[in-house]
Amino acid sequence: MAYTPHKPPNPETSEELRARIPGWGADLDPANRPAVPKEVYEPHPYGAVWEIPESQPEKWPRERSIEHASVTPVFGTSCPPRGASGLIRKLAYRRYSEGRAAHWLLLIAADRVDTVGSTARSFVSKHPDNPLIETGILAEVSHHGLRSRRHQKRADLIHQSLDPLIVAGPWVVAGLLGYRTVRRLGRSLRKVSRSRGAGRSPRAW
Amino acid sequence: MRAMVYRGPYRIRVEDKPRPVIEHPNDAIVRVTRAAICGSDLHLYHGMMPDTRVGMTFGHEFIGVVDEVGPSVRTVQAGDRVMVPFNIFCGTCFFCARGLYANCHNVNPNATAVGGIYGYSHTCGGYDGGQAEYVRVPLADVGPSSIPDWMDDEDAVLLTDAVATGYFGAQLGDIAEGDVVVVFGAGPVGLSAAASAWLMGAGRVIVIDHLEYRLAKARSFAHAETYNFAEYADVVVLMKELTDRIGADVAIDAVGAEADGNLLQHITSAKLKLQGGSPIALNWAIDSVRKGGTVSVMGAYGPMFSAVKFGDAMNKGLTLRMNQCPVKRQWPRLFEHVRNGYLKPRDLVTHRIPLEHIAEGYHIFSAKLDGCIKPLVVTDAA
Repeated sequence: MAYTPHKPPNPETSEELRARIPGWGADLDPANRPAVPKEVYEPHPYGAVWEIPESQPEKWPRERSIEHASVTPVFGTSCPPRGASGLIRKLAYRRYSEGRAAHWLLLIAADRVDTVGSTARSFVSKHPDNPLIETGILAEVSHHGLRSRRHQKRADLIHQSLDPLIVAGPWVVAGLLGYRTVRRLGRSLRKVSRSRGAGRSPRAW
Repeated sequence: MRAMVYRGPYRIRVEDKPRPVIEHPNDAIVRVTRAAICGSDLHLYHGMMPDTRVGMTFGHEFIGVVDEVGPSVRTVQAGDRVMVPFNIFCGTCFFCARGLYANCHNVNPNATAVGGIYGYSHTCGGYDGGQAEYVRVPLADVGPSSIPDWMDDEDAVLLTDAVATGYFGAQLGDIAEGDVVVVFGAGPVGLSAAASAWLMGAGRVIVIDHLEYRLAKARSFAHAETYNFAEYADVVVLMKELTDRIGADVAIDAVGAEADGNLLQHITSAKLKLQGGSPIALNWAIDSVRKGGTVSVMGAYGPMFSAVKFGDAMNKGLTLRMNQCPVKRQWPRLFEHVRNGYLKPRDLVTHRIPLEHIAEGYHIFSAKLDGCIKPLVVTDAA
């Protein structure tokens, strides 16, 4: 008990565990543990022959944390910043250190702007976004969506019901906005054509 | 080439992308034969990780065959069958020189707090990942290793992150003979941590999760005692009852940013992105471990702040240990454990998904359908 000096015995002794579990105690000696000690000084491990790696050419002015002295010698080139999201990303990197919430909040905002812009652009490309395919939702049918949840004490079922809202919500809102815009545009065009028609009609008479 | 591409939160697709090219003299291009979807990929997929750009290819767990090498590469050559640690590292910066390969300072211009990771947002360096037919592997003289002839491909791909991270997490617990170890989370990392705890001499290993099929795997794969937290009013009280009110000697958080068990925490982090992660498992670990005990954090969290119970950690005199796993440092000993049959990584694999169907794979893994524990991605090159 916690209220006395003695530790309660485990259900099985070390000998019983060694007999039951393959490898029990193989790393009992910390000397066998590769992460011990935490730091081991070895300046040129594996095939590293450099003091600092040669610098990779920059294809564009590479954004970097202002906590770094310069761009690191090696870096990824997956998605160069572009458009409005790129401007927000550059601002986040140029102005705020990693210690500032503004840095991360701007980057998350840029991610959302990027998503909206890229989705909109996809509809004028050869590969429009298809939420049915891209969300993988068809796996609900092919991989037992109902059976995986029914009669299960799963703690995630409550918030999983929010996922369709998060995923489909922006599409529904965008659809409604698009519909309203098209409708307004149609009304305006009809109004203009009516007023032009009205203007011409007296002369026609 | 065909590659998985991020299109926005909860949306990915497979597209034609240009094959990667040598951009640095020490680059290699690897033709991917097996990749895996990691639990931490779900944080990207759910839009939780800042600077995740549309068009990025995810995937930091992969193996393959070297297709091309840059002019300065000496240790691998075209045709080699290689496994690639999820960390990109130089080997010689201040941190790498001290064995902290996950904390390399020469490979990630976007951040100093985290090193370079394949396919893990621009916050982790902006590298495309291995859920594709080909991938650029920088600093090829340091990162990749030849896969031993006797090793199975599925064992090898699991050793590039999940199993190595679990093994590392158990080591950070400083487990002594007879210690009671509680592992929160029965995903691939938690299961590996639980199995590894025995290797370090644990006297009792308890695994907590809310998915029955994963708890069943914890019993068979990791010989662990299991509890479904959804069946108990208070998991911290349960842990105290199981340990004569003392608490576990070591607690391992193998869940991270999208933990369940507290709706407010989950929604403010995973859904509203107001926290770097939902530290439910971490808070349970802090409250379940004994005074003077050790908490090992293997769960991944975003760079924003999270509502962690540091007051309890301080008052209990806890040791909190954590890091991304320096994978390559674990390999020699891990290879022995796999060869001896002490750890069986491929037993964690539940799904093998063709690259073209990866969107469904992400949904299955994210929604925990069909008994999914570890999905692999199989390319046409396999």
